[in-house]
Amino acid sequence: MTKTGFPDARVLGQDVPRLEDAKLIRGQGRFVDDIAPPGLLHAAFLRSPHAHAAITAIDTSQALALPGVHAVHTLDDLAPHLADTRLVVAMPSPSYRLDLHRPVLARHEVVHVGEPIACVIADSRYIAEDAAALIEVEYDILPVVTDCEAALQDGAPTAHRNAASNLVAEMTIAYGAVEDAFATAAHRVHEKLWIHRGGSHSMECRGLVAIPDPVEDRLTVWSSTQMPHAARRLLCDIIGLHERQLRVVTPDLGGGFGPKLIFYPEDVVITLAARLLARPVKWIEDRREHFISTTQERDQAWDVEMATDAEGRIQAVRGVLIHDHGAWTARGVNVPQGAVSAMPLAYVVPAFRMQIRAAATNKVPVTPVRGAGQPQGVFAMERLLDAAARAIGIDRAEIRRRNLVPADRMPYETPIRTRGGLPVTLDSGDYPACQAMTLQGADWAGFEARRATARAAGRYRGIGLANYVEATGRGPFEHVSIRIEPSGRIFVATGAAAMGQGTATMLAQIVAEQLGADMSNVVVTTGDTEAAPTGLGGSNSRQAVMAGSSAHAAATRLRDRVLDIAGELMEVAPADLEIVGRAVQLKGVPQMRRTLAEIARAVAGQAGFVLPGQSGPGLAAAEELVIDAMTYANGTAVAEVEIDIETGEIAVAHLVFGHDCGRAMHPRLVEGQLMGGIAHGLGNALFEFMAYDDTAQPLTTTLAEYLLMTATEMPRVTILHMESPSPLNALGIKGVGEAGVIPIGAAVASAIDDALSDFAIKIDRLPISPVDLLARLDQAVGG
Amino acid sequence: MTEPQTRHITLRVNGQAREITTPVRKTLADALRTDLGLTGTHLGCETGLCGACTILVDGRAMRACLMLAVQAEGHAITTIEGLAPSPSELHPLQQAFCRHHALQCGFCTPGLLTTLVEFLHDVPNPSEAEIREAISGNLCRCTGYDTIVAATLEAAAMLRPQP
Repeated sequence: MTKTGFPDARVLGQDVPRLEDAKLIRGQGRFVDDIAPPGLLHAAFLRSPHAHAAITAIDTSQALALPGVHAVHTLDDLAPHLADTRLVVAMPSPSYRLDLHRPVLARHEVVHVGEPIACVIADSRYIAEDAAALIEVEYDILPVVTDCEAALQDGAPTAHRNAASNLVAEMTIAYGAVEDAFATAAHRVHEKLWIHRGGSHSMECRGLVAIPDPVEDRLTVWSSTQMPHAARRLLCDIIGLHERQLRVVTPDLGGGFGPKLIFYPEDVVITLAARLLARPVKWIEDRREHFISTTQERDQAWDVEMATDAEGRIQAVRGVLIHDHGAWTARGVNVPQGAVSAMPLAYVVPAFRMQIRAAATNKVPVTPVRGAGQPQGVFAMERLLDAAARAIGIDRAEIRRRNLVPADRMPYETPIRTRGGLPVTLDSGDYPACQAMTLQGADWAGFEARRATARAAGRYRGIGLANYVEATGRGPFEHVSIRIEPSGRIFVATGAAAMGQGTATMLAQIVAEQLGADMSNVVVTTGDTEAAPTGLGGSNSRQAVMAGSSAHAAATRLRDRVLDIAGELMEVAPADLEIVGRAVQLKGVPQMRRTLAEIARAVAGQAGFVLPGQSGPGLAAAEELVIDAMTYANGTAVAEVEIDIETGEIAVAHLVFGHDCGRAMHPRLVEGQLMGGIAHGLGNALFEFMAYDDTAQPLTTTLAEYLLMTATEMPRVTILHMESPSPLNALGIKGVGEAGVIPIGAAVASAIDDALSDFAIKIDRLPISPVDLLARLDQAVGG
Repeated sequence: MTEPQTRHITLRVNGQAREITTPVRKTLADALRTDLGLTGTHLGCETGLCGACTILVDGRAMRACLMLAVQAEGHAITTIEGLAPSPSELHPLQQAFCRHHALQCGFCTPGLLTTLVEFLHDVPNPSEAEIREAISGNLCRCTGYDTIVAATLEAAAMLRPQP
């Protein structure tokens, strides 16, 4: 496949230096913990040590008496200042069976280890933690729900003592004649899968600094949020402020990966504490808190079946997904819904019925982590396809080729709906060609020789593959405004929130492309409610698609306006002008020019004087381009593994990732997103496990116990690109922030199956540890 | 001051002597960040596991979260802010990191750079595997490490004396 990119572009499609790097590389970024206004106080939270208990008493007197302590807040202290003592944040869905809105602070019952109960504000974090340890809480221990499958069985204890059951939500996603298809199918396969994903583990934990301004009776909240505008709305609602009284700003983020889009109890407590004390207050989450209070993804149990005809063409898929929802609804049912919706997408699936049952457990609430359920849905589908290929006796790649949505059926409308009720229509792509490209890149056809070489040396080598289709660019819009000021500088403001991916660079490229191509002349402000009137922030691989499209539309309009005004000033036709660097010049006659500064000044207005020409005032354009339909990216991963059957070690020898995210505006940033996602996917496949004991006590609360990918674990990775521009936006782009993670677990499992085919071992769970694998091997060899 | 035990100490940081009065229990990382305003040293875990807070103490890479400020008296400390030779120039590692897109969010970057300064001093002509081993105590969630390794190889070549 050839890469076309933006062939006529000056900066779009180019690997231009990132705007973010100049400060970050010198340690001069401004992360939330770097913000330290005069008079700053520090907060620490007392958190539940129990997974489920009634609180019978809270005594804060000793903590309050400690020198250096300014306040100790429980829910009773804060309630008079709150419009609601709960965080009502659940996205709409008809599927809910329980309302689990979490409290600002726990008062009568705690339902997971780490749930905040009280907050100490002190001169330093050290003193605040000393004081938190002096708070006396009396608990009555209650029965605990640790496992999502057990949670839904009759007679199970309930995660909330007053709840009728643990069934938080149920829904069925279905179309077509499923039962008929299964009744008449040539082949049926069945898989019971258990899929675990862990936390986000951005290297920077969460945090916020709330700074009251008594002069203006308003607050500025610097928060490590992916959604500052949503945070402002929720804070205004719950604390009783209007929008001018509260500014929420996202400073540099040390990674997001999903959980930073959630609105948390700490957001309310710290903001209110600053207001009540009339002092700036900072809370920075430590890593242990991140393990027990930041939302995560966790367990899903899938019981799924596939029916195919004699040639392996999918006739139907059906099954049940039981999803560990955690103790509260911190976002919604979007993770299991996204998982099931992703399941069939790459393939022609004539009939489909999946039931989703979300179970409350006494664990940290579950919300999206990079991939947002899609890796699990892909894992389930790809495991079924491997099983079907085995049952029929055809190659695993061939069964996929026969079922992938063909290019000539694009756009391909599926009967599935998004969470907002919109049809899921695959907009573009050539999935079979992408698979073929990836297989070729991985030398799938030549694998048996490599297997034989490895076996001769006593090693078990296997190869596996997986396809994915990712829903990206969730609408409805993102705000972008552009102003050229009398300095000649171009200022871009957006509701998009940068999490470290290079969002500012990407937007500056789009804007600079139309307005002179001088990246150094563009100043981008992301994630600031003061700079952008509205915004939806970072999620769903949406920012390049949504903010990028608004930026392109606004920049194009502003370019035309600049040229019109320059044409009037220079008395030439705008069509004969171009913007080069920081000036407009006559094409071919660069000495005939007006700087952007001059043009901006000409229309800046002067009281009592008419504006020149017909141009009207100012050089600005704003856009909130509405794009409801999501654009669908796709790809194929081929993993090659070697297994040491003595130790159970699984070494990934080569990973080939072929993908199509439409036009790449900055190829190096795209590869960076993919590599990070691939590393995350390998972690999910082989290492990352958020463990709890049977009383729902977390067992992995440090980075020594919870294993993130390190440099030595990274395999050789080859990334291959295809480019099917999306017809849904002017730039032809699709999101890429989550793609890397999605197919990795499925591809690695397929490769392990293949490596261990002598032992008939089938991977039915993630992650796969050496210990698990050794147990399976022992079983297989008759242990 | 509500801390019972404090000391007056002098820290030598990035070639400058800086005097502070600090609680004896304060970590070096917190002292650098809050007392000296050197916020480029980042805290990712406070248990010595993520490597983000790595600094150079007498040229050796150390976790600033695992040292007390009072322990650092009398030692030469280099933080990320002291790596570049001037405000208009970057250390070769910093240049190579930018060229290779070896940083995304930039939170782990200071610790990686300090770790690699020590490593390239000790191993001026490293293999890719040696680089991976050298940074295996520095966690990065964004990049997947390959660009960091590539940048380090390039910086090593820049730093080696030319024949």
